[in-house]
Amino acid sequence: MSTYAQKKGVGAVLWDYLTTVDHKKIAILYLIAGGFFFLVGGLEAMFIRIQLAVPGNDFVSAGVYNEILTMHGTTMIFLAAMPLIFAFMNAVMPLQIGARDVAFPFLNSLGFWLFFFGGVFLNLSWFLGGAPDAGWTSYASLSLASEGHGIDFYVLGLQISGAGTLIGGINFLVTIINMRAPGMTYMRMPLFTWTTFVTSALILFAFPPLTVALFLMLFDRLFGGNFFNPDMGGNTIIWEHLFWIFGHPEVYILVLPAFGIFSEIFAIFSRKRLFGYSSMVFATVLIGFLGFMVWAHHMFTTGLGPIANAIFSVATMAIAVPTGIKIFNWLFTMWGGSIKFTTPMLYAIAFIPTFTMGGVTGVMLASAAQDYQYHDSYFVVAHFHYVIVGGVVFALLGGLHLYWPKMFGTMLNEALGKVTFWLFLIGFHLTFFIQHFLGLMGMPRRIFTFNEGQGFETANLVSTVGAFFMAVATIVLLINVVMTIAKNKKVGGDPWGDGRTLEWAIPSPPPFYNFKQLPLVRGLDPYWIEKMEGNKEMTPAEPIGDIHMPNNSFVPFVISVGLFIAAFGAMYHNEHSWGIPVLIIGMLVVFGSMFFRSVKDDHGYHIHKEELMDDDKGGKA
Amino acid sequence: MKADEKFTYETWPAAPEKQTLDGKNKFLGFWLFLGGETVLFATLFATYLALKDRVPNSDHYLAKDLFEIPLVFVMTMLLLTSSLTSVYAMYHMKNFNFKKMQLWLGITVLLGLAFLGLEVYEFNHYVHEYHHTFTSSAFGTAFYTLVGFHGGHVAFGLAWIITLMVRNAKRGLDLYTAPKFYVASLYWHFIDVVWVFIFTVVYLMGMVG
Repeated sequence: MSTYAQKKGVGAVLWDYLTTVDHKKIAILYLIAGGFFFLVGGLEAMFIRIQLAVPGNDFVSAGVYNEILTMHGTTMIFLAAMPLIFAFMNAVMPLQIGARDVAFPFLNSLGFWLFFFGGVFLNLSWFLGGAPDAGWTSYASLSLASEGHGIDFYVLGLQISGAGTLIGGINFLVTIINMRAPGMTYMRMPLFTWTTFVTSALILFAFPPLTVALFLMLFDRLFGGNFFNPDMGGNTIIWEHLFWIFGHPEVYILVLPAFGIFSEIFAIFSRKRLFGYSSMVFATVLIGFLGFMVWAHHMFTTGLGPIANAIFSVATMAIAVPTGIKIFNWLFTMWGGSIKFTTPMLYAIAFIPTFTMGGVTGVMLASAAQDYQYHDSYFVVAHFHYVIVGGVVFALLGGLHLYWPKMFGTMLNEALGKVTFWLFLIGFHLTFFIQHFLGLMGMPRRIFTFNEGQGFETANLVSTVGAFFMAVATIVLLINVVMTIAKNKKVGGDPWGDGRTLEWAIPSPPPFYNFKQLPLVRGLDPYWIEKMEGNKEMTPAEPIGDIHMPNNSFVPFVISVGLFIAAFGAMYHNEHSWGIPVLIIGMLVVFGSMFFRSVKDDHGYHIHKEELMDDDKGGKA
Repeated sequence: MKADEKFTYETWPAAPEKQTLDGKNKFLGFWLFLGGETVLFATLFATYLALKDRVPNSDHYLAKDLFEIPLVFVMTMLLLTSSLTSVYAMYHMKNFNFKKMQLWLGITVLLGLAFLGLEVYEFNHYVHEYHHTFTSSAFGTAFYTLVGFHGGHVAFGLAWIITLMVRNAKRGLDLYTAPKFYVASLYWHFIDVVWVFIFTVVYLMGMVG
C-alpha cells in the first residue's frame, strides 16, 4: 500500500476523503465544513446588523429575524466554532504527542460525518418550511409554541451532530492517555494538547445532558410527551437547567482550545518557553472543573431564590482567578522575549485586552443583583461576543495562519493576513464595544427593530458599520486562501523557524504515517531542546520497523446518512404516513452498518520497513 | 504481538483484553463512554424525580398506586444474576476456556431476555390497568423515558452479546476477540448498576410515596 504518492483523479480524491480515517485529512474536512458554516453564520450576522442599522427597518420581517437570529447563534456555536476547533485538534494534537494516528480512526471519521449531516439537516430547514426561531437556547416555553418544523430541525440536527462531538471527545481522551511517544509525560505535553484533553473531558460530561434535553424536547414535540407542558404536570424550567448544564461547559469547550492555541503562539513568537507552564496546566484543569459549577448564572432571573443565586454568583466569580493566572502568564511569556509580530502573534496580542474586557463584563454579570439590570439587554450580547469572538474566533484565525503550513505545506500571505487582522480587529470593536452602552441604555436583545427617538440610532449604525469591516476582513482572508492555493509554494517542516513542539519536527504536510520512527521526548518543547543542542531532527526512540495503519472505511458515511434519513422520518411522522417507515428504514441503515462493522474483521495493514527506507518523502522521526 | 495470533491455555496472558494497543484503547475508551452514559442516566433520573407524581388531575394514578414489589423484585433478581453469570463468562475468558465462556454468556442472554419480557409485561399492565401511558401525564412521560431508556440499553446489550457469540463461535478467543467480549460484559454490568438505581429511586422510593 504505497499508492499515496501517485497522482489521483478527482473521483479518486473524493472517494479518498469520503472514506478516510487519517486524522490529518479529517482535519481538512472539518476545516472546510466548519469554514463553510462560519460563512453562513457570518451572512446571518450581516442580515441582523443590516436590519438593525436604522430604526423601524423592514429589511426582514419579525418572524424571519427570529429565524436568522436563532440560526446565527446555533450555526456559529455548533457548526462553525466547534468543528473548526476540532479541525486544529485533529491536525495538530496527534503530532504534538508524537502519535501515528488517533486511538479510534474509524470513530474519528464517524464523528466528522455525524457533525456534517447534522449541520446539513439543520440548515435544510431554510428550504423546508422555515428555520428554528426560539433562540439558540430554545427555551421550552418558546419552542413548544413554535409552529412548523423549525424547532424539530434544531432538535434532530443537533442530536446528530452532538453524537459526533461526543465520539470525538472520547477519541481525543484515549489518544492522549494511551498514545504519547516515549518520554512524553503529562507535564511535558504542549499546552494545546492539554487544553484538548480538558476540553474532551468537558465534552464527555457536558454533551449527555444536551442529548437528554434534546430527547425530551423531541418527545414533547413529536411523540406526545409532557415534560415541559405545565397543563399535564410538566415543568418548563427543566429545559433551562439541562440546557445550561450543557451550555456553560460548552463555552469552556470552545475557549480552552483557544487558550491552547494562544499559548503555542506566544511561546513560538516570543522565542521563549511558556511562562508558568505548570500553573497554566493547573488553571486549565481548574477552569474545566469550575465550568460545571456555574450553569445557573444564566438563570438568575428565573427565580431560583437568593441562596442558589448567591452560590452560583460566587462560583462564577471564582473562575476569574485561574483565567487571570493565564492572562498574566501570557504577558510574562512575552516579557523579555524576542517578539516577532507575525499574523498569528498579532491575533494573540489583540486577544489579551479584548478577552480581558469580556472577562470583566463577565464578572459584572456574575453578580446576581446587577444581573437583574443587564439581563436580556445588549450588554449581554456585547459580553459574550467579546469572549467568543475575542477569544475563540481570534484563536481560530490566528491558528489558521499558524497551522496552515503544517496542514497544507504552503504559507498564507503575511501582508494580506495583517490586512485581515486589522480590519477584523477594528470592525469587531466598532461593532461590539458600543453595544455595552446600548445595553446599559436599555436596548433589549433579540428584538427585530427599535423605534426612533430612544437614543439607539447612532450606536446601532456604528455597530452595523463595524460588522461590514469584519465582512471585508473575511473576504480578504478568502482571497488570501485562494491565492495561496493557486501559488502552491511549498515550505519546509518548520516554516516559522521557531517551532518548539513535535509537529514542527516533521515535514509539512506530514507523511500519512506521521513519524517514521517515534521521537524520543526529552523535556518540554522537545524540538526546541534538540535545536538548542544543534540537532536538525528529533532523536528517534525506536529503530525503523513496520508501521501498522488502519484501513479506510465508507461505513461512517453510511451510518450518518442513515441517521439523516431517520431524522426526516421522525419529523414528518405526524402528518405523513411514510414517516414511521422512513424512520425505521433509516435506523435499519444505522444498525445494519454497525452490525456490518462489528462482524467484518478489519485488522488494518502494515507499511513495511523496506518501503519506509526507500521512501525519501517520509521525514526521519 | 499480532492480534490474531493463536494461543493455548499456557500462553494466554493474564489480562488479554489489554494486551494490544487496540485492546487498551477499547478498554479505556469504553470506560470513558460509560462515564458519559452515567451522566446521561443521571440527567434522566433528575428529570424523573422532578416530575414524579406530577399529573394533570386526581384521576391519574401515582407511583404508590402503580408499583408492585413482587414483579420488580423478580426483575431485579434476574438482572443481578445475569451480571453474576457475565462475571463467570469473563472468568472463563481469562482462563482461555471458550466453551464455558459461551455457555455463561448464553445464560446471561437468557436472563436478560426474561428481564425484558417482564418489563414489556409490566408496561403493558400499567397502560391497560391504570391508563398510565407515555402521553397521559408528565409523570408518565418521565417514567417511560427513564425506564424505557434502560430497557433500550438492555435490548441493545442483548443484540450485541448475541452477535459476538455467533460471530466468534468458530474462531474462539484471541487478542482480537477478547477485548470485544470484555467490553460487552462491562456494558452489561453498567446496565445492571443503572437498574439498581432504578429499583431504588423509582420503585422503592415510589412505594413509600
